[in-house]
Amino acid sequence: MKHLVSSKRRNLLKAVLGFFSSSLFVINRNSHAQTNPGPVADTTKSLGTAPTEIGERSPFEKIKRFVRAPAPAGVSFTPLEELSGIITPSDLHFERHHAGVPLIEPERYELLVHGMVERPLKFSLADLKRFPAESRICFIECSGNGFQAALPPEAIPDEITAGQMDGLFSTSEWTGVMLSTLLKETGALSGARWFLAEGQDAAVMTRSIPMEKAWDDAMVVYAQNGEPLRPEQGYPVRLLLPGWEGNTSIKWLRRIELSDKPFMTREETSKYSDAMPDGRIKMFTFLMGTKSLITSPSFSIDMPGTGWNEVRGLAWSGSGKIEKVEVSTDGGLHWHDAELQHPVLSKCATRFRLGWEWDGKEAILMSRATDEFGNTQFTYEENENGRGPRTFYHNNAIRAWKIHADGNVSFALKDLLT
Amino acid sequence: MQRIFFIIVLSALPCHLLAEHPDRFGFGRTPSEAEVRQWDIDIMPDGTGLPQGRGTAPYGMQIYREKCLSCHGQDGVGGVNDQLVGKYDPDIVFAKDMTAVRTIGNYWPYATTLYDYIYRAMPHTAPGTLEANEVYSLVAYLLFLNDIIDKDQEMDKDTLPQVVMPAKQLFYWSDEVKQ
Repeated sequence: MKHLVSSKRRNLLKAVLGFFSSSLFVINRNSHAQTNPGPVADTTKSLGTAPTEIGERSPFEKIKRFVRAPAPAGVSFTPLEELSGIITPSDLHFERHHAGVPLIEPERYELLVHGMVERPLKFSLADLKRFPAESRICFIECSGNGFQAALPPEAIPDEITAGQMDGLFSTSEWTGVMLSTLLKETGALSGARWFLAEGQDAAVMTRSIPMEKAWDDAMVVYAQNGEPLRPEQGYPVRLLLPGWEGNTSIKWLRRIELSDKPFMTREETSKYSDAMPDGRIKMFTFLMGTKSLITSPSFSIDMPGTGWNEVRGLAWSGSGKIEKVEVSTDGGLHWHDAELQHPVLSKCATRFRLGWEWDGKEAILMSRATDEFGNTQFTYEENENGRGPRTFYHNNAIRAWKIHADGNVSFALKDLLT
Repeated sequence: MQRIFFIIVLSALPCHLLAEHPDRFGFGRTPSEAEVRQWDIDIMPDGTGLPQGRGTAPYGMQIYREKCLSCHGQDGVGGVNDQLVGKYDPDIVFAKDMTAVRTIGNYWPYATTLYDYIYRAMPHTAPGTLEANEVYSLVAYLLFLNDIIDKDQEMDKDTLPQVVMPAKQLFYWSDEVKQ
């Protein structure tokens, strides 16, 4: 058999490899600090830093989550106004839990699937990884996201960033095994209508899920953006129910129990239920609605100047793909179709952009999303009729930003409604 | 010539490459019944899962003072965490009322959920440490404070599922699920 590389090329390769392994080039395994000259006027005149095992952001970038209610139950918001494209960096994915982030050893981890099954089984992490893997880019949104925009108008804040308002929303590539694959492994009895998903954090969080979702697109996930799940997002394994209330994607998943009835857990009764204006309380509102938000310009992201500017934001629907996003720069009088970043994915953040000539005068910017099924984002007033200011969950109404003449931006719903 | 021979030999081998997925892969292991029991802690509205044990409000009050009061306040009000007590009021429209607090008495549809939740998640700093009699007693105490049962009414695996919560009549299912 011939060599893959000619003898001339082999000699060249040897020379190059020899050069790189010589003492002139030392691969520095420690932090970059040893050869980092700090900020310099002319970076062409001094050596930079060596390769590292774990990359870091530029010291000039201070992007971070906004943490509220730090301990032990907690919440932190993704800084949507500072991100580009559709992916949320893994360490900026929003957090929400009720009893802290548990530290789970992967070798000891097991997932129990039992109840109305032919054979109960426990799967190790290695087992789950051995099954056929599937990946999906989709969002997770907390069902209470954006509740401040649903308050009575006089209570709606105006100095609030896009992330502080709607940042319980993040998009990742998730990889795992389809729940349906696991249920075919255990067998599911024909009378099974619901399954309980239970986590192994100190809240031992539980939700009842209809079996239709199990057979549809439910996943048991172990990877986030290419690497194992982050602890805050459920390491080592979580449930993922695309398009559904974030709390149903149970983190630190330890158990799935099939039954013919819902379990009526605390979360689905006294917490994640929708108080309606007629006095009744609606349960099992799983689906996240069609929603959009302009992320730039927004509070803390000022207008760079008059002239040509690009209005940018995110749109999503728990039902499927975004069909269009319309943007208004005059408080809703006229609407223009924005460009969508492709590919447009189902149950996933969709980036929209629209060029706008700013004349330096005060303006109200709004965006309105429509999904492939014709679900259009509704106005605050429409929200009010279907829900109330203390319904608390599924807050999808059209948002608004006011551009001030000096280029500052504020959240404008209070202005519009009062 | 060598290449052609190679391909013929390879295709004769039982590689099963690109085979369809089997119906069952044979992964995972069968858990023991004890293992399943250890994790199967949920309580259903019909009482399935409730363990042996019993409790009444007076004993519940003692446990409450020791383990719950510091977060949930005297008599279940005025604490730093969730208010537990608030009588049912049919005139409250929670969707619009900016001050009404959602409590066990006015917003919990099932008494069995109290057992489920208290056992699995409470006290917040030491969840899963309460014994069955303690949980039944706490449940009895909270139901009593919310004017749902009498002070001496005993809660056990038969009586607890019988308790009808005043808020149950408010709850209905969305049309996203079949009843």
